Amino acid sequence: MSGIGLPLRFDGATKRYDEMVALQPTDLSVEAGEFLTLLGPSGSGKTTLLNLIAGYAEPSGGSLWIGSRDVTRLAARHRNIGMVFQSYALFPHMTVAENVGYGLAVRRLPGAEIARRVEAALQLVELAGYGARPIQNLSGGQQQRVALARALVIEPDVLLMDEPLGALDRQLRRNVQLELRRLHEEHRRTTLYVTHDQEEALILSDRVAVMRNGRIEQIGKVADLYANPANSFVASFIGESNLLDAKLVSQEAGRALLEVPALRQQVAAPSPSPLASGQAVRLLIRPEHLFLDDAGPVQATVTEVVYLGELTALRLQLPAGEQLWLRQLTGRTVARGATIRVNWQDEHLRVVPEAR
Amino acid sequence: MRGDRLNALLLILPATAFLLLWFVVPLCRLLALAFTGEAGGFESLWTLLSSNVYQRVLGNTMIVAVIVTLLTLVLAWPVAYVLTRLKGIGFMLMLYGVLFPFWISVLVRTFSWMLLLERNGPINRFLMGLGVTDQPLALLFNETGVLIGMTHVLLPYAVLPLFSAMNRIDRRLLQASDGLGAAPLDTFRRVYLPLSLPGLFGGGTFVFLLCLGFFITPALLGGANAMTLSMLISSFVTDRLAWSLAAAGSIILLAIVLVLMGLAMRLLPLDKGMFAK
Repeated sequence: MSGIGLPLRFDGATKRYDEMVALQPTDLSVEAGEFLTLLGPSGSGKTTLLNLIAGYAEPSGGSLWIGSRDVTRLAARHRNIGMVFQSYALFPHMTVAENVGYGLAVRRLPGAEIARRVEAALQLVELAGYGARPIQNLSGGQQQRVALARALVIEPDVLLMDEPLGALDRQLRRNVQLELRRLHEEHRRTTLYVTHDQEEALILSDRVAVMRNGRIEQIGKVADLYANPANSFVASFIGESNLLDAKLVSQEAGRALLEVPALRQQVAAPSPSPLASGQAVRLLIRPEHLFLDDAGPVQATVTEVVYLGELTALRLQLPAGEQLWLRQLTGRTVARGATIRVNWQDEHLRVVPEAR
Repeated sequence: MRGDRLNALLLILPATAFLLLWFVVPLCRLLALAFTGEAGGFESLWTLLSSNVYQRVLGNTMIVAVIVTLLTLVLAWPVAYVLTRLKGIGFMLMLYGVLFPFWISVLVRTFSWMLLLERNGPINRFLMGLGVTDQPLALLFNETGVLIGMTHVLLPYAVLPLFSAMNRIDRRLLQASDGLGAAPLDTFRRVYLPLSLPGLFGGGTFVFLLCLGFFITPALLGGANAMTLSMLISSFVTDRLAWSLAAAGSIILLAIVLVLMGLAMRLLPLDKGMFAK
């Protein structure tokens, strides 16, 4: 189902600043109407990628397409892209309405049409009637919505958002996230959204691209990224994870036999991607996949008990010295210092290559 | 809190006492002199205000101040803009280029202009060499000389507030404007220029006020042909020993400055930080 907005394509686009590589040569396709989140730690190239699309930076190589148009060398003002900045970048000397209508005013549209579209955009972000206010008099959340209205009112082919909720407090963030999702579901405009908050990525996105060191490590639906991370970095960045050192013994048909020193045994685990022999690998066990079992194969000591509401997290110390986190439904109480045995189902384990 | 205020009071006490004793008290005495005419308290003020010479000098002072202010702002704007775009060694060189004149006495700079602007000085020889003019231009001891010299001396006072205002303009605002489809000229007219206005008004007010009371440069470069108010006041004191007239002249100048400042404050809410976030 395509929406308003155009598809977007990176063809080996790359960005270097002197010898520093901000974005490795990247291929990326975003469908019309899709909501893609770029997730990664700071310095991973997310904002560079966004700046390339917006036209605030020019690629050092490769090309960039919006719809059927090659925009690689096109000036930002000709791209018809809506951008919401982390700092909002609202014009401090203008009212709310002047800010929202800016993109229309510089397109020399008639005043009546500008007024009508500004009002509609303000209604969309639930700020109807705020038009005459100066920007300074708005709260952070309201400024954020003005920035969004200003980006949407020009009916951009692509909407870009650079950590737009970074300055909001937690409760407000959650509300705005749900609001953004509603807006996207109603209008389905091609959107790229940068964040380092994985929860935000889960709530908002159709697909997520996990970035690190100027490279997209993995791109896919969130559930796929969680279930089958491409490497140990993705595994640790999406959700909670236990990653144990392991040595590959043998592999066949999507399964690998691993020697895991921390567990003092060999483990057979699903291995979604074929591994090169000699490849450094780790064993991924999600905390919710470990459970207490008196007949379990591994003994451990409980060093910490963290009550999380419906869940309780236990930190376990293995005899070999490694730590493991276990999460279970709150109910059965476990005392700190207790010696317990844990178990798992091999199906839930994953072999992941060590991230370079 | 009380301790803090007490500390603050103690810290500003020496400077305040010094100013009160050696500046405010003599100033009040001088101003009081204005009202000691033989034929009643306001004689000196009336004499001045009804004198043709005084009116001409006052008008001349205002015109010079306005022209110099406009000239410095026009010249300072591009300099300040380039300063915001430079980095590293280029920035340092240019900044010190702007500040360097501060380290040389105004007197020396003004004498240098006298040498440059002379009838047979380098500027006239250059212009004649180019064939721009057949006869040497009269650049000295008239308004032209005053305007050139004062603009030069006061230029840094306009550059620095402008630079500081421009430097505070968030680059992302310009990016946002660009991304919303604005042509460079639109971005300049709708975003950059309005946001640099506080610096423009600040620098302009600064230069204008300095112009009104400027003495050395107009005295040396303009001479008797281009009298300004400060020169007139000085001549009251040194040539005619008319202290009362000098004091009256000072009061009128002070009143004009206060009225203009009041108007500027009213029209431009500079004290509220205009576009502060």
